[in-house]
Amino acid sequence: MDLTLLMYLVPSLIMFCCGVYGFVTRKNMIAVLISLELMLNAVDINFVVFNRFLFPGEMEGMFFSLFAIAIAAAETALVIAIIINVFRMAKNIDIRELTKMKF
Amino acid sequence: MESVGNIIMYFIIALAIIVFSVLTVTTGKILRAATYLLFVLFATAGIYFQMGYEFLGAVQIAVYAGGILVLFVFAIFLTGKPGKASEPLESSKKKIGLSAAILGALVCGYALFSKADMCNAVVSQPIDVTINNIGSMLLSTEKFGYLLPFEAISILLLACIIGGIVIARKR
Repeated sequence: MDLTLLMYLVPSLIMFCCGVYGFVTRKNMIAVLISLELMLNAVDINFVVFNRFLFPGEMEGMFFSLFAIAIAAAETALVIAIIINVFRMAKNIDIRELTKMKF
Repeated sequence: MESVGNIIMYFIIALAIIVFSVLTVTTGKILRAATYLLFVLFATAGIYFQMGYEFLGAVQIAVYAGGILVLFVFAIFLTGKPGKASEPLESSKKKIGLSAAILGALVCGYALFSKADMCNAVVSQPIDVTINNIGSMLLSTEKFGYLLPFEAISILLLACIIGGIVIARKR
């Protein structure tokens, strides 16, 4: 039995779709952010797996994942700062009740 | 032909990814969701190690599992009662979410399985990704060098640090 490219893409696809589901249904802002991390992680897996199976002589996929991880870390730090600030002002991080900025 | 250990590792990792990512988005308690996310991130690092990208796996564990997860846990404790389960979802939201996820899975799954000959690629040759290699490529200005993105990301991180302080400080 061989481990093919498809066998790695299927778990990552399921991970991505779980992220989409959570992103739409969750109400807590931090839970939405966690779903976003799931999606980003699935994309990173795809980059690395395509790199390894189809272009083993190069390292582009690995570097893309490396930069994506760094950007995800920066983005998470900022978003959590925003969430804490929102909590300080509204005493709440439920996305249904934060309607002050809604147009 | 793969070794038996590799195949067993693959199935453990794939099962962990599938089960824990479903649990992450369905569990009611937010702290549990963060814990399940930790397991998903570890399984992802397992995939990277299995592919032979040790450096990337180490970065995944250090930055994601070590850094981001701690941030999440701090934020959860700072912003509410973590033990409290969230209220049940409204069924309309649930329907929209489920249909978006399943539709996406169907489209992507169809694309994957219809290109089956490309997806049947197997690991053909060993790769040579040493720290030496990675370091010289990150700082090289030649073709396929990554000096410019490397510098851009350091500016981005600096901007993030300053932005985080400005946003979150007490007024």
